[in-house]
Amino acid sequence: MIESDAFVQALQDMGVNFFTGVPDSILGGIIAELMERRLYTPAVREDEAVAMAAGAYMAGKIPAVLMQNSGLGTSLNALISLNLIYQQPCVLIVSWRGYQGKDAPEHLVMGQTMPELLDTVKIPRRTLTEKTAVEDLKWVAETFMKQRIPVALLITKGVVKGLHP
Amino acid sequence: MRPEQGTLQSRAQAIGAVLELLTDQPVIVCNGFPSREAQKIADRPTHFYMIGSMGVAAAIGLGVALSKPNKTVVVLDGDGNVLMGMGTLATVGALKPKNFIHVVLDNEVYGSTGNQPTLSNVVRLEQVAKAAGYVNVERVLEREDLVYEFKDMLKKDGPNMLLVKVNEFAEDAGRILLDPPEITKRFMKAIE
Repeated sequence: MIESDAFVQALQDMGVNFFTGVPDSILGGIIAELMERRLYTPAVREDEAVAMAAGAYMAGKIPAVLMQNSGLGTSLNALISLNLIYQQPCVLIVSWRGYQGKDAPEHLVMGQTMPELLDTVKIPRRTLTEKTAVEDLKWVAETFMKQRIPVALLITKGVVKGLHP
Repeated sequence: MRPEQGTLQSRAQAIGAVLELLTDQPVIVCNGFPSREAQKIADRPTHFYMIGSMGVAAAIGLGVALSKPNKTVVVLDGDGNVLMGMGTLATVGALKPKNFIHVVLDNEVYGSTGNQPTLSNVVRLEQVAKAAGYVNVERVLEREDLVYEFKDMLKKDGPNMLLVKVNEFAEDAGRILLDPPEITKRFMKAIE
């Protein structure tokens, strides 16, 4: 399991210096670490978070947005008619609820559909694993700034240490 | 027909009055007629014109304001936009960026789609902002009051909201000329 502080440090080493989002239990450890480091700006909706990230990017920051995958539904219009068409990069750190059909009912449709949804709107994605973490983050760093679009790093349960180990 | 209609200034007149008081401050303009009218009245590289993603103008402005605390950020928003992204009033009110002026051009209708009514004829958005934690809020009808209050807000620590009641008239203003990636690049360079 990846430690939250190591994960946050890796993002900071990539240059990410503006963090916002809406929480999920899978992301609890990461958000606690970000708050500890006083780096986290909480948002109330995921479309608000991606728009704040767009503003921060244009003001010289390198942004990341944390969200549960249900938030992709909420933020889809901002992602495609703001970030994508205006070429405003951000790292989307998305928890994959409903992964492999094992979750509460409200997560199952998005859990199954998310990869196709991201592919359809042409948001590049990669699923983080402990074994490939270094390459995964390298891929994120290279892709989102080069293409100047949002890039999704998907996180399944148990890959990054949560609040309750 | 609203009783005050006919006596109010147009949205374009209000936008003109605000832009006249600005120089190089970053300005986020919401989608629809406000962006098109602002482009027609005074096109500046410090303007970020939205052409879609309704409801998030204030969130973009908040991202800029938090990242550039030494610049006063102005958001030109509409009543329909504010209602759609009303949660952002809470985020602004809680984070309290001092350098944030939220101008709401309130014509009580969705102008770009045929003047269907919004809810701002009964919901006082500046009072919602006040309850959410905005430090200064004002509601104005007349041009002189708009100029006075906006000048005042430029000097005061915010977050500020200036709600301007405007009529439904829309200027004959063309679509946004620059491609979206060019708007991003131009804006970034201008506020560096």
